[in-house]
Amino acid sequence: MQSLQELTLHEAAAAVRGGDISAERLTQSYVERIEKRGRELGAFLAFDRDDALEQARAVDRARAAGKQLGALAGVPMGLKDNLCMRGLPTTCASKILEGYRPPYEAHVVERLREAGAVLIGKLNMDEFAMGSSNETSAYGVVRNPWDRERAPGGSSGGSAAATAARLVLGALGSDTGGSVRQPAAFCGVTAMKPTYGRVSRYGVVAFASSLDQVGPITRTARDTAAVLSVIAGRDERDPTSSTQPVLDYASACGEPIGGLRVGVVREALEGCDPDVVASIERAIAALRDAGCDVVDVQLPNAKHALAVYYIIAPAEASSNLARFDGMRYGPRVSASDLRETYARTRREGFGPEVRRRIMLGTYALSAGYYDAFYIKASKVRTLIRRDYEQAFTRCDVILTPTSPTAAFKLGEVKDPLAMYKQDIFTLPAPLAGVPALSMPSGLSRERLPLGLQLEAAPFKEDVLVRVAHALEQRIGLLPAPASFES
Amino acid sequence: MSGLTLEDAYRVAKLAALELSEQDAHAMRDQLGAILDHIAALDAVDVSGVEPTFHPFASQAPLRADVAKLSGLRDALLAGAPHADGPGFAVPKVLDGD
Repeated sequence: MQSLQELTLHEAAAAVRGGDISAERLTQSYVERIEKRGRELGAFLAFDRDDALEQARAVDRARAAGKQLGALAGVPMGLKDNLCMRGLPTTCASKILEGYRPPYEAHVVERLREAGAVLIGKLNMDEFAMGSSNETSAYGVVRNPWDRERAPGGSSGGSAAATAARLVLGALGSDTGGSVRQPAAFCGVTAMKPTYGRVSRYGVVAFASSLDQVGPITRTARDTAAVLSVIAGRDERDPTSSTQPVLDYASACGEPIGGLRVGVVREALEGCDPDVVASIERAIAALRDAGCDVVDVQLPNAKHALAVYYIIAPAEASSNLARFDGMRYGPRVSASDLRETYARTRREGFGPEVRRRIMLGTYALSAGYYDAFYIKASKVRTLIRRDYEQAFTRCDVILTPTSPTAAFKLGEVKDPLAMYKQDIFTLPAPLAGVPALSMPSGLSRERLPLGLQLEAAPFKEDVLVRVAHALEQRIGLLPAPASFES
Repeated sequence: MSGLTLEDAYRVAKLAALELSEQDAHAMRDQLGAILDHIAALDAVDVSGVEPTFHPFASQAPLRADVAKLSGLRDALLAGAPHADGPGFAVPKVLDGD
């Protein structure tokens, strides 16, 4: 029998349901792997082996009692540390939430539990999801399992690294400007940012409320589809969650893609690493072979996405993060009066990147600058949204690189603006609210993973997993990173 | 150039309730200045007659009924607070006198 770690999430869930393996044995194999190899990557912030094994035994007892098992029964999964879960701390990788234990669970966590998933631990991230390298975590960097000198991407770096290294079968991350897609590309796995409103944000620590979405990180498109089916849907506790029907995403995997129209933005490839461009060209050829029509599309305002994002996201963050003041949770740094106590607590509790974004957002919202920055950016956001509406009259999916390069080295990108530019391909989709998926597109000459991005019209997640699954069949998935082979 | 000054940095830090050392203030001025210079490219975009997008799909924020409900979580919430006193959060004195 193949190693348990080489089963995909879909296969493992089927094996548990069919009684071929017990949930306990499957979970035990992951627990042992985390204990043996987890520290090398720094991917976990919290891990409870006994609780994980007890969750697994509960699945086995349910099966023995003849109960119907959920879609993810017995599957060991990890959670980005901005998703509230009972039993373990939720810190957002920030000192300002050190030791915080939420008294309730995120909607997505409840959904995973109802589906029988084994929640094995909390995963490292950039502090408050602000970063593209996982280097802004207050609890240490995460290392890329393909090359430990390199960044795993961010902000869901722990989720992507743990999935790629086979420390979990899949994970949930969150995406505000590319935070599941770019780390998935850097680590050679698949991830999706669903349509804004597809997944409830209840119990997700807010960064930028008009952009944030929770998304799966897994090894395959089918696995991403399986997790999305579980977490998607209306939740009364998040009034922005959508009432649009949840589709059967797993069944979309395997449907033919002949006749689908694939849009390519040719100008976007200028300035990308040649290996990235070559991998995109291979994917385009594979889609043509599968019977897709490849058409050129334009997103003329996408070039403004970086400027728009770095007004809107920090503005929303400056408001959302005002609640962290040392009064209700986290440590308090006392000073002579209340204002000083707030200011000192926040200076000590937030790291430099979070402080920079709070300052930027506060500036953009302050008297005299609000119209010039926030309103102007919100109007250009409308133009970006219209570009997508126009493009999706001509095509079903848009294909771009996920990132202009493969994973960069830890410490290599020091300038904040240069780091922000890493996300040029992933920023437009959340601004427009459309869904987007990143999947492996091959390896660079240095044998580092490369990623491609597929974007679709709102609530067309089924088309994304359908095209991604078909592409996997033609260009192949990546193997486990060499030092993490089972 | 954005023309962001040290005084701007201190003013914004006060609004954001962030203590700012002199070293922080210089770094913020330089780093925020560079980002604001990049953002200035938006000045050239014609947005006349364009409505702003505050939310990707809803034309206005969805509302729910303003009904108070008991969470049943008071003790658990207070247990996570840096200082609690009986049924509430203990905070530094705000007003002078007793």
